[in-house]
Amino acid sequence: MAEQVIHTEKLTKRFGNFTAVDEISFSVSAGEIFGFLGANGAGKTTAMKMLTGLLAPSSGSATVAGFDIYRQTEAIKRNIGYMSQRFSLYDDLTARENIRFFGGIYGLDNATIREKCDRMLHVLDLVKEGNTRLSALPLGWKQKLAFSVALLHEPKLVFLDEPTGGVDPVTRRRFWDLIYQAAANGVTVFVTTHYMDEAEYCDRVSIMVDGKIAALDTPEELKRTFGSATMNELFIQLARPAKRSGQ
Amino acid sequence: MKRFIGFVRKEFFHIMRDRRTAAILFGMPVLQLLLFGFAIRNEISEVRTGILDLSHDVVTKKLTDKIFSSGTFVASAVLNSGKEIGKAFASGKMNEVIVFEPGFAGKLQRDGTAQMQVITDGSDPNVSRIVTGYTESVVRDFLREKSNAAGAPVGVEAVPVMKFNPALKSVYLFVPGLMAMILMLVSALMTSISITREKETGTMELLLVSSLKPIQIIVGKVVPYLLLSFVNVLTVVGLAFFVFGVPCRGSLALLLAESLLFIMTALSLGIFISSITNSQQVAMMISLAGLLMPTVLLSGFIFPVASMPLPLQAISNIIPARWYLVIVRAIMLKGAGIAVLWKETLVLMFMSLLFMTASVRKFSERLQ
Repeated sequence: MAEQVIHTEKLTKRFGNFTAVDEISFSVSAGEIFGFLGANGAGKTTAMKMLTGLLAPSSGSATVAGFDIYRQTEAIKRNIGYMSQRFSLYDDLTARENIRFFGGIYGLDNATIREKCDRMLHVLDLVKEGNTRLSALPLGWKQKLAFSVALLHEPKLVFLDEPTGGVDPVTRRRFWDLIYQAAANGVTVFVTTHYMDEAEYCDRVSIMVDGKIAALDTPEELKRTFGSATMNELFIQLARPAKRSGQ
Repeated sequence: MKRFIGFVRKEFFHIMRDRRTAAILFGMPVLQLLLFGFAIRNEISEVRTGILDLSHDVVTKKLTDKIFSSGTFVASAVLNSGKEIGKAFASGKMNEVIVFEPGFAGKLQRDGTAQMQVITDGSDPNVSRIVTGYTESVVRDFLREKSNAAGAPVGVEAVPVMKFNPALKSVYLFVPGLMAMILMLVSALMTSISITREKETGTMELLLVSSLKPIQIIVGKVVPYLLLSFVNVLTVVGLAFFVFGVPCRGSLALLLAESLLFIMTALSLGIFISSITNSQQVAMMISLAGLLMPTVLLSGFIFPVASMPLPLQAISNIIPARWYLVIVRAIMLKGAGIAVLWKETLVLMFMSLLFMTASVRKFSERLQ
């Protein structure tokens, strides 16, 4: 059995009387692409915030990259990459300046940053645009850049929170090529999405309903178990009975 | 430390690349000071005066000459009847009309008193008050000369001396207020906007997930504005001195140190604002309506605190600029030292500490 990069045991978060995340238990292995699905309000974001050390859990236990999420949040933060829902690099800085800034934040030295920056721009085919402010670049390119920046400090695990919102299917497919590449290099990918075609690209998928994990398996196995033709059908079948919906 | 320098450099990029931000930061202090210094003045250089002389005798003639020879009053019209007065004011050409009663010299001779009426335009009370004061002082002079010539006793005379600002220059009044206003604007408004902008664009999340500690993020955000605010203090004090001749009679070092303290207070207010809202719009509204307005209206900048109604006086106590103004005026104009200003200094320190603690509380609450 492969090394477990994420392992949770009855992880729970309550806000007053409201239980946002209700005793979820699951594991993610090294190098896996793990799809974390659920309707809006199902508790995905809260769960992700606990795993990234932004939010303290109410009860249960979990380790991320081998560190405890109660006591070792600083160590967790050093070992994970994160790319959020909305595009989140600095629009008024150039690609190079963004890379340099985030490299600096993660404590990389100047020589390393310069070398990585050149390589990254080359791989993304952005060499010419390296000194252009991001506000002038298309969203798809910015997302690819943000993903690469999240991997800058070579984390074992990267969290992607709806990374491909708002772009066309072709651009999304290209983005997923990057994800596959990272996974092939041994990086574990934890990704949330609302696009069911993307769910098919994942090694394993979990579907959250009302704070609980309603299903967890490979896409093929899930479809067989629930007798659904597509992931879309399966998702609607599971999420429709939800008591909480919307935000 | 290297991470920190990188953070500060990024912050400077933000400021310089947004033209509006850069314009507000560097243009505003200079523009404001020049505007306040040149355009807004309480002293009046030219009082357009009309004379309605119903007596036409030697004394009214002499008094009229005396008034116009002072240089401040300019003969604007000679009126022939009371009916013309209203029209003259309505046209806006007149600041003042002086009316001598019929038989002025005779009454003065016989009864020792005669009436002259000074009519001013009450729609502008400030100008009215000043003009009336000027006129009274000219008449007083005239009477003194007259009785000196006659050898009669003058009676009691009050001789006013305006200490610290003998010429009553209004720029002396505006410079300290302006410093408070600009520092409030730059420090509180700009920091609260720049922090909430990171929340809006989602970059704050990215920073929090990185191994930077929240306190490092806050300090990194604050340092550039601290530096820029300090540059603004130097600009304003320098301009005030070289362009308007406003002195700094006390210790310049103390003035700068107290300004730094006030900047800290404003910055902690800015951080506090950004800890209670996630939107740039709201942060801007709170800063403008909640900080800038009181700084201008309730701090004693324009309206003296002592003449406010009691509830407003009480409110003015919680406005940092009120205390800073006392400090700046005392140091610049009166040459005072820390010995008389320790109370105000402590108040500012206490306020900074309070808002800093409140924001840190609020910040960690969010993470729970």
